[in-house]
Amino acid sequence: MKVWFCILLLLPGFLCAGEWSGYVEGQGRYFLQDPLDSDQSDNTLSLAFQPEYFQRWDNDKQSLLFIPFARWDSQDDKRSHTDIRELIWTYAGNGWESRVGIGKVFWGVTEALHLVDVINQTDLVENPDGEQKLGQPMFKLSLERDWGILDFYLLAGFRERTFPGEDGRLRTHPRVDTDLAGYESDREERHLDLAIRWSHFIGDWDIGLSHFNGTSRDPLFMPTMNGAGEIVLAPFYELMRQTGLDLQATKGDWLWKLEAIHRSADSGSYNAATGGFEYTLVGIGESAMDLGLLAEYLYDDRQDAATTPFENDLFLAFRLTANDVDGSELLAGIIKDLDSSAALFNLETSRRIGNLWKVSAQARLWFNVPEDDPLYPFRQDDYVEISLSRFF
Amino acid sequence: MKPVLLSLLLILMPLIAQAITPEERGLEIAQEIERRDTGFHDFKAAMTMLLKNKHGEESLRDMRNQTLEVENDGDKTLVIFDEPRDVKGTALLSFSHKTGDDDQWLYLPALKRVKRIASRNKSGPFMGSEFAYEDISSQEVEKYTYKYIEESSYEGKASFLLERYPVDPNSGYTRQQVWVDQERFIPLKIEYYDRKNALLKTLVFRGYQQYLDQYWRADQMYMENHQTGKSTLLSWKKYDFRSGLSDGDFNKNSLKRAR
Repeated sequence: MKVWFCILLLLPGFLCAGEWSGYVEGQGRYFLQDPLDSDQSDNTLSLAFQPEYFQRWDNDKQSLLFIPFARWDSQDDKRSHTDIRELIWTYAGNGWESRVGIGKVFWGVTEALHLVDVINQTDLVENPDGEQKLGQPMFKLSLERDWGILDFYLLAGFRERTFPGEDGRLRTHPRVDTDLAGYESDREERHLDLAIRWSHFIGDWDIGLSHFNGTSRDPLFMPTMNGAGEIVLAPFYELMRQTGLDLQATKGDWLWKLEAIHRSADSGSYNAATGGFEYTLVGIGESAMDLGLLAEYLYDDRQDAATTPFENDLFLAFRLTANDVDGSELLAGIIKDLDSSAALFNLETSRRIGNLWKVSAQARLWFNVPEDDPLYPFRQDDYVEISLSRFF
Repeated sequence: MKPVLLSLLLILMPLIAQAITPEERGLEIAQEIERRDTGFHDFKAAMTMLLKNKHGEESLRDMRNQTLEVENDGDKTLVIFDEPRDVKGTALLSFSHKTGDDDQWLYLPALKRVKRIASRNKSGPFMGSEFAYEDISSQEVEKYTYKYIEESSYEGKASFLLERYPVDPNSGYTRQQVWVDQERFIPLKIEYYDRKNALLKTLVFRGYQQYLDQYWRADQMYMENHQTGKSTLLSWKKYDFRSGLSDGDFNKNSLKRAR
């Protein structure tokens, strides 16, 4: 009787011990040109909701993090979607750490492209820049030693990439039909992927070495006919092995960065690298503002056969950090194809309004994209996006 | 002649033997401040910053601080941000050094990304406040050269007035004037002079409390910028000395766990 009473008393206490936070976001996208396909929309409004529950116990050794996500889009039913970004239990031992659940992992140092980062699938409907990721089921064991941090990953349960639907902009022509997804592995999305990463820092140098063996997060596309008789692209996920290096030297106001990979799969093997610098001018014009100058070279040895648009490209950008009360920031830049006239312009800016609100804007413009460029389908999709977020 | 010279020498000798330069005296005081603050091992504390502009508009910052003392080098510090809400969960790991640049990593929770950042930007505002990174980072003796000015008093407390000069050429200051409590060897007030040697800011320490019967910490640090009319009140709460932190709590994994 007494025991039950205690449990009844403790259970709500346990559930209430954690904290809720998160945000609600309203977003509008305005497309500057007419769409290629009349089914596609001009403008879209959407609402996103991402609450976050966090609790720790056992002297902070254990914690639980839960981040569900939902977006509703006025035009594209594929962009209206939900996901569990994270639902993960962490145990921090003495010199080691384990994580079990749905999680998110980032590897790498460069800004223009994230070659080394292969654990999480891209949530492409969120943003064409590929920085938004879907939650990945995983078991992670991490050893923290004098010689660095060694992470082992068991990745059970593959996540398919999301693609805009028929009515959505920023999609291929023909569109990708995710119902026709195919796999190289007989186990399909149940294939067990493995990854290992060692990372360390020695003085000014930060280094990471990683290896991944499993289903590639980047699909190949097969033109095919779907049940409704339309020509569509079917994503095909092959098995691959990737070895990656990420390196950063922090020398005063200079950050020197390099990411390099070797990937091999049935469809062939290739090397790719991104490298460059970020130089910061501190306190420009006797103000508190910092101006960062970024330059990176993007290389892929498959050249024109590359499945990414960045095989011999130069990224140039500047980052303005106001260091003001509102945390105002602006990043603007281009990625210029050195083999053709194609260029991609990108602008991201944000500031706080008070302690709970934030307004941000993005603009992406594609210039002179030739027909053989993977970005060709987006040539009519220049857009401006404005978001207003309320945090709680 | 001879007796005169001899007597002169006799008079001057003790003075010569005792005289130390103002630079040596200043260094001695700085070393004594550090000696008295050595051995705390580690602490956890909550920090609140109240930012005010010249129109009286206010903005709040909430953070938690974990600091580990490192023998023969600067401290290791982890700062976790709770407020404003859009940066909640962002964390900054710093390994400060007696000489040269500090090592700093910033964790961005939305992207799960740990970024090594250039720490040379010492003079930049910390979270839009009137505190620069160099004002709140680990204060090591080696980061300055010193000069003793005079015996002074601040709010009725007998003080040593020192001047100190940042060694780092990237510092935002030419010099700082520090009023040091003669009895407890703790700073009571600091005046910061900018690169043009004009008075920029004044920092006042309020509500000192003693922890573990040895270590003095101010409850409040009030920084006023005379050139912009802005101010920041930094309040320290929930000090927990020797809380059991160790080296393992200050690496890239613990940075990602911090929250």
